[in-house]
Amino acid sequence: MSNKIPLVPENLKPLPALGENQGMLSWVASVDHKQIGIMYLIATMVFFIIGGLEALVIRTQLAKPEFDFISPEVYNQMFTMHGTTMIFFVVMPFLIGLGVYLVPLMIGARDMAFPRLNALSFWLVIFGGILLYYSFLTQSGPSEVGWFAYAPLSEKPFSLNKGPTYWALGLLATGISSVASGLNNIVTILTMRVKGMTMRRLPLFVWMILVTSFLLVFVIPIIASAFAMMLLDRLLDATFFTPAHGGSAILWQHFFWGFGHPEVYILILPAFGIISEVIPVFSRKPIYGYEFVAGSTVAIGLLSMGVWAHHMFAVGLGNVANLYFSLASMLIAIPTGIKVLNWVATMWGGKIWFATPMLFATAFIIEFVIGGLTGVAIASVPIDWVTTDTYFIVAHFHYVLFGGSLFAIFAGVYYWFPKFTGRMMSETLGKWHFWLTIVGFNMTFFVQHFLGVMGMPRRTYTYQDFPYWGSMNLLSTIGAFVLAISVLIFIWNIRWSIKHGKKAPDNPWNAWTLEWYTTSPPAVHNFDLVPPVRGRRPLWDLAHPDQLDEPNSKVV
Amino acid sequence: MMEKLGGVFNPSSPEMEAMAGLTYYIIAISVVILAIIVVAVTYIIIRYRKGSQDSSEPYQNFGDIRLEIVWTLIPIAIVAVLFQLTCSTMKAVDPPIAGHEPDVVVIAHQWWWEFYYPKSGVLTANEMHIPVGERLLLRIESIDVIHDFWVPELGRKIDAVPGHTNHIWISAGEPGIYLGACAEFCGTQHANMRTRVIAETEEEFNEWQKQELVVPKTPRSGIAAKGAELFQTKACMNCHSIAGTPAAARIGPDLTHLNKRQTIGAGVLTNSPENLTKWLVNPQKYKQGSLMPNMKLTDTEVNAIVAYLEALK
Repeated sequence: MSNKIPLVPENLKPLPALGENQGMLSWVASVDHKQIGIMYLIATMVFFIIGGLEALVIRTQLAKPEFDFISPEVYNQMFTMHGTTMIFFVVMPFLIGLGVYLVPLMIGARDMAFPRLNALSFWLVIFGGILLYYSFLTQSGPSEVGWFAYAPLSEKPFSLNKGPTYWALGLLATGISSVASGLNNIVTILTMRVKGMTMRRLPLFVWMILVTSFLLVFVIPIIASAFAMMLLDRLLDATFFTPAHGGSAILWQHFFWGFGHPEVYILILPAFGIISEVIPVFSRKPIYGYEFVAGSTVAIGLLSMGVWAHHMFAVGLGNVANLYFSLASMLIAIPTGIKVLNWVATMWGGKIWFATPMLFATAFIIEFVIGGLTGVAIASVPIDWVTTDTYFIVAHFHYVLFGGSLFAIFAGVYYWFPKFTGRMMSETLGKWHFWLTIVGFNMTFFVQHFLGVMGMPRRTYTYQDFPYWGSMNLLSTIGAFVLAISVLIFIWNIRWSIKHGKKAPDNPWNAWTLEWYTTSPPAVHNFDLVPPVRGRRPLWDLAHPDQLDEPNSKVV
Repeated sequence: MMEKLGGVFNPSSPEMEAMAGLTYYIIAISVVILAIIVVAVTYIIIRYRKGSQDSSEPYQNFGDIRLEIVWTLIPIAIVAVLFQLTCSTMKAVDPPIAGHEPDVVVIAHQWWWEFYYPKSGVLTANEMHIPVGERLLLRIESIDVIHDFWVPELGRKIDAVPGHTNHIWISAGEPGIYLGACAEFCGTQHANMRTRVIAETEEEFNEWQKQELVVPKTPRSGIAAKGAELFQTKACMNCHSIAGTPAAARIGPDLTHLNKRQTIGAGVLTNSPENLTKWLVNPQKYKQGSLMPNMKLTDTEVNAIVAYLEALK
């Protein structure tokens, strides 16, 4: 026995366990990673509906030129809340919540390293969301300065209402939550892997959660400090970001994007993880180039922290700085391209089963490549000067965050739902959901590329009747309503399947990672016995003892 | 007939032509890459779909390092080309200012533009006149929040940042009216912070400058004289300036030669006596949230002030 103090101390007293039939209390008081994970997923679903309704209000106002469905103030509040909600209360907590549920199962652990901290993280997100949405009840309504809250517009005397204060407080709470989640994930993944699961055998989803967690721990403190400074400015008349009193407007942008660009990868890397699990299972092949998929994630994580000023090419930082940030941003295309090609190569030569998770994963590749290619284009400074702050950018990041992150999230929900609930989701409804999403999504966002290069600025509550602007915007609005219908089908599918779905076996997809070894849904203690891990695909090895992934590895 | 498209589809200056050219080029490369991926995925969907009776596992291929190297090197080459094009385009569009004095100082306000020509002393708002075929240097400033000066057919975007001065070059190849707008979200009426660049021949431009510098006589009789008086007493002068009168505030647009401008309210209304009347009765109706308040003027007062502003020649 070594005398080293363990990084994760054993509990001296057992964690409090509730008996059965405690109703809501067994959820609210839970420190079980699976229950917390499910609560994350339910909460993000609620926020997804709210953020989606805000999007519909935006698209309705833009359905025709010079429309006055809502006032400019309400429009500005809607796009501020839509962006903030979708980023901080939908995609981010969904992916963190999915990680909370799956990481311990995938590495054969009993729970997260710090179960109580895990619960605190979840409830802080809820607290932050309530703070943010409480601003609707104030006299002047929620923040109307955008999710980026540029100073000095977000400061006195330009924003005297309480909205931005609630906004900053709410996001500060979720920021603390994110750092705690990041630390919890890092410790869990580094110290609690089952024997035999070396880092080179870690499921790729766990790899991506690990890199994301390091990003959370490194970059969230930047924006948390900036929120604190903003609150000091607003509440105590400090002047960090007010040029009229010696502050700097550009400093806020450096803080914001110093966090904000890595944030983009926080929103997409776990999605890459989902795709890297789904594609091999449904292609019946191991991931092509495991080391390159994992390694390129680390490369993206590192590069992502050195590219923030590509959001600031029009600020006037000087062209030497612009060129550095331009090149650094373009370099991200290389590890990203490696990933895409490895996914395609994984499918190549497979025997592909196009169940709903695989449909979304396949569509993800195409939609994400579109968003990725426009991303490389706008990394070029002159193209950014043409397209920044136009609908081209709106199209670009919706292809990445909707066509990318959300498509992966849909794939993930269909894939792991049987594990979460013990029931299969309806494939018929799943296909309706998929095809309506494809039609609605591309209809909404593809035309926005053209609107952008034709000169339509973002964040404008109205626009003039220039040639084709009206018809393109109307098409986009119709697409948004098609998307809304697809989301309704998705929610209905979840609701229906929880009660009436076909009973799911432990491993309905014939997958290979450890979470499929336990029962569906898993028992409170996760595993009675974790199978031996002697390769990247423990369940493949179990089923094919004569065709092991690593035939020469020692049985532990 | 096709209606004319704007933005990169109608580049009207050498700077914009360079940027539009680069944009087309990159879009072409992107379309090719996308096509390769789409074709590959489509082929896979058709060729490698699992048969309904087939329960055997395919060949388990773990990867090939040679392929990985190839598809790492190809994107590196594409990035290198793209970066080279980026550098050369930037050099063409945005050369260093190297001691040049600005031809026009652009000052952004919530939600209108002020243009000051330091070489002649012309001060105007929302509409910038430039001589065609000449490359002018603009100095971009803001007095309140961050804005962004942008005329899509003429060139790049540039932020107007309080406490930080920026410069851009601007030119127009052909005479014409080029519409622009604020491109950085700047508050309630960001959507109606429009501008227009009027490119004209050297002679027309010089004539315009001469006209702008004329100090108009204050009307001495009739309804316009009443308007001149109201302008001084009804708080108009607290924000607006008119050359040759005590009104010298620069919070709102200079109104000396308002009657020669094309629009009112940074582009919300066409400039005509009727529209000016409507605007003065209630600016908030046409530009909700504008910093110009509803002054609650009577109809007679509005008519007098309109007559005064129209008489300034």
